[in-house]
Amino acid sequence: MDANVAISSNKKETWGGGTRPFNVSYGKMMMWFFILSDALTFSGFLAAYGLTRFKFIDSWPIADEVFTHIPFIHGEFPMYYVAFMTFVLIFSSVTMVLAVDAGHKMQKTKVTWYMFATIIGGLIFVGSQAWEWNTFINGTYGAVKTTDGKILQFVNNEGKQIALADFVVGDRMDVREEHTRKNGLWFESGETLPQYSVAQIQASYASNPDVFIRTELIDLETRQKTILSKEKGASELAKARLVVEGANLEVNEYGNTIFADFFFFITGFHGFHVFSGIVINIIIFFNVILGTYERRGHYEMVEKVGLYWHFVDLVWVFVFTFFYLV
Amino acid sequence: MAHAHESNVKRIWMVFGLLSIVTIVEVGLGIVKPDALYLTNFLGTSPLNWIFIILTLVKAYYITWTFMHMEGEKKWFRRAVVWTAVFLICYLVTLLLIEGEYLNETLAPLIRW
Repeated sequence: MDANVAISSNKKETWGGGTRPFNVSYGKMMMWFFILSDALTFSGFLAAYGLTRFKFIDSWPIADEVFTHIPFIHGEFPMYYVAFMTFVLIFSSVTMVLAVDAGHKMQKTKVTWYMFATIIGGLIFVGSQAWEWNTFINGTYGAVKTTDGKILQFVNNEGKQIALADFVVGDRMDVREEHTRKNGLWFESGETLPQYSVAQIQASYASNPDVFIRTELIDLETRQKTILSKEKGASELAKARLVVEGANLEVNEYGNTIFADFFFFITGFHGFHVFSGIVINIIIFFNVILGTYERRGHYEMVEKVGLYWHFVDLVWVFVFTFFYLV
Repeated sequence: MAHAHESNVKRIWMVFGLLSIVTIVEVGLGIVKPDALYLTNFLGTSPLNWIFIILTLVKAYYITWTFMHMEGEKKWFRRAVVWTAVFLICYLVTLLLIEGEYLNETLAPLIRW
């Protein structure tokens, strides 16, 4: 054995513990390997998203038309809010790395304040993500889904998307009423009914010459969704099966349902990482205040949670690119 | 600590500035979407998408190297983590995107719009 090994490694301390391979402590090395495996998990999700997107490359929702809202402000502002979220996360990464740096210099007060700032940044991010989900689930315009699974949206004569409420008039015509627990035969409630019925939408479309239908199909020349002629639109709308308002795991007013599924799954999984990162940060924050690391003589624990926190930021950089930019 | 540590505060703020600039450029391009970059095709997607992907990798590099302090680790530890990730991710992404395109070629003609 010895003949094959350039440097003899049978020294007692090698096998008895106490050495640090690569000069990295056990905890830090394992944190890195955990991050590596977690990175592969996220890559798996994003690659699956990529596969699905290529599969439906001619009908995938256009992100700019999906995420257009800013809290408290009306109108369409694609990108701005998610850019704000990205900044919050990058900035909380900066305060985290400043906490690690202060930890190396054993400056307890500085570590405390930087950790505090990091936690606040994380909370703002998770709150923003909750708001983003809420907006996505509630939807913006409403659409109809046809018997062959296509989503039809409505636009005005300038090609700008309009909400159902903007043009639907008249009665429901389908005599449906939401079945609630208090008026049923048994204590069960029915599914939530959309505000408008399919027949009502069809009649309103027919009676209003300024309303057109937009399909999911992307025109490769302009990279815009295709708008149908009034007649073609009417024949597509005749196939309407249900009214879709907002997005969930089963239907999605913005287009392919699987887009919503991936959105919920990937941003949800990332959001859960942020959440657990905040919890761990809070624990370490209190340990810093209590002086645990001061007594221990080093702040390596801050460095380890710092690695995790930066990783969460790193994942967001990719989620941001592939959900909102590309 | 394992390595003697000098303060990096200045470097940290420099990297923050850099990451901010890159993000602003990305968001700016995402809002403007210049036709020359957006409506043309280059290696399977628009040049704009390639710019986004490259800028993302730039950001990922700076986060890993500076914030996660990968530059300070021993060379082979760094390689154990980075090479593994880069190899496996490239492998997976290549296969899945090729298959995605195949699914599109097979299934898209069956859909009547």
